[in-house]
Amino acid sequence: MTATASSAGSGSRGPSPSLRHRRSSGSILADRAATVVLWGTGIFVLLLLGAIILHFAVAAWGVVSPSFVLNDPSDSALGGIMPVLWNSLYMLALTMLIAIPVGLLGGIYMSEYAGDNPITSAIRFAEEAISSVPSIVVGLFGLILFVDNFHMGFTALGGALALTLFNLPLMTRLSEQALRAVPQDERSASLALGATKWQTIRHVVVPLAIPGLVTGVILTAGRVFGEAAVLLFTSGIGTPAHYDFANLDLTNPASPWSPFRPATTLSVYIWKLQSEGLGAFKNQIIDGSAAILISMVLIFNLGARLVGRLLTRRLTAA
Amino acid sequence: MNTGDEMLAASATYQEPLIRRVEVSASLAADTATAAEHEIKIATSHVSISYGEKVAVRDVSLEIQDRSIMALIGPSGSGKSTFLRCFNRMNDLIPSASVQGEVTLDGENVTDPDVSVVELRRRVGMVFQRPNPFPMSIYENVAYGPRRRGLNDRRKLEELVETSLRRAALWDEVKDDLRRKSGLALSGGQQQRLCIARVLATEPEVILMDEPASALDPVSTLRIEELMRELREAYTIVIVTHNMQQAARVSDVTAFFTMAEDRAGYLVEVGPTGQIFTRPNERLTEDYISGRFG
Repeated sequence: MTATASSAGSGSRGPSPSLRHRRSSGSILADRAATVVLWGTGIFVLLLLGAIILHFAVAAWGVVSPSFVLNDPSDSALGGIMPVLWNSLYMLALTMLIAIPVGLLGGIYMSEYAGDNPITSAIRFAEEAISSVPSIVVGLFGLILFVDNFHMGFTALGGALALTLFNLPLMTRLSEQALRAVPQDERSASLALGATKWQTIRHVVVPLAIPGLVTGVILTAGRVFGEAAVLLFTSGIGTPAHYDFANLDLTNPASPWSPFRPATTLSVYIWKLQSEGLGAFKNQIIDGSAAILISMVLIFNLGARLVGRLLTRRLTAA
Repeated sequence: MNTGDEMLAASATYQEPLIRRVEVSASLAADTATAAEHEIKIATSHVSISYGEKVAVRDVSLEIQDRSIMALIGPSGSGKSTFLRCFNRMNDLIPSASVQGEVTLDGENVTDPDVSVVELRRRVGMVFQRPNPFPMSIYENVAYGPRRRGLNDRRKLEELVETSLRRAALWDEVKDDLRRKSGLALSGGQQQRLCIARVLATEPEVILMDEPASALDPVSTLRIEELMRELREAYTIVIVTHNMQQAARVSDVTAFFTMAEDRAGYLVEVGPTGQIFTRPNERLTEDYISGRFG
């Protein structure tokens, strides 16, 4: 298009070129190619996602049932996954309890207070570097630090702390990016109305950044659900026995509410069955667990978006 | 004026002094409206503003009378907006910016580090070039300023929101969906009037307008100009504009800025708008106004 446009502009003494000439120009071909490639990529990604979901939906058909979700592994030949599902949710809650507030406050500091200087560039570099450390290495570090040096043994808390080491930099970085994406105009408008810096952050910047912050929470949470390597060495592997939810003593390792107990999560359980499982229903349990895991992630993502929307509404009113 | 008094009365309980000021000058001015005609509201004395090494504004001294409209005109880059932003210290937000000289509001130096910028900005409101309502309901947009200084009484807030929207000539257009409609769902001209209402709700004494109509269509522009003439009864207004007809239509006093050789902006002359546009003292002003440069 540029080629024909410029020739029409500079040398338009003769008859105007036909509008149809444009069809053969290189930039139009590139434009079409881009349209095809980008649509193709989008459709490919959607198909891939659909295929994965379909595969596990089919594979888990007949396995997943209320009893599969609610029973203990030893309850029948097929058994259930309730304890490991509980552990996944428990680890998620424990990790998010640390990662969301600290990550958000860190993000606020990096975006609104720290400014741009060699130290903050070094922090940003470190955040991205830690996020891309192989998770097995983070697991080994957690094993050395929490399990051995702190004599914690294999505990949910150790796992959550190791996951936090892994996730906090990402959460901070994503929070910072979400906050920075809020237009400067909004800050100026608030400050010019006599709001303090903190009021501006609290009532304008954070509410407007919530969609981005929710993305950060979802990506971080996805890693908690999916992470096996970090947890193998920190929260332990094993097939948990029956959990007694009436036991509310947080210091008692027998209580499922206690952070001071080994906690095999769904992902770790799948890994364990796949690598060393021997039972007759091994493959069925793996497929069923995978289907439940995928559903959990989807439910969590949709739930997080919904909470984010409600939160935006609440924070921008009153 | 009546509505203004109501607003002042409603605000009397939570208005805070700038530093150690006990009386709020707006209420003083309201009591002595006739005498206020010739009072100096804002004065600058040898104000220079630089960004790092670069001088953006050099040695500007001028006075702005209470309840008048001053227009700052001049070519792009002549430092008008930068100069405007020293009245509410928005330049503080740019780390490299530094301001020398004195800027006084009712005789009090606002460049003093002891001055609370939060309090200053409540008294000196600002309307930006691009309408920038918050992505909140119309009601929440107007209530934003008052809420931030601790006004939570629902009835008082509602009253203040209504008064402010009425003064900004927007009430009739939005009164039916104050809480349902987002400020961003309004047209550009309505958004700018919403931004003016939002400023009025903080009960300022001075309103700074940085090219408030440059992003608007001609009809919306005229509405904003009419509004400015009405607001002049109660507020001091300083407007930066590229539109010389606008300056001629709305302002009482015009200040003409241009750039020196080193690209630093400076004040060429300031005088009653009628005189600046018909019999300017400086050749530069005459050339600019007649369209020979700029």
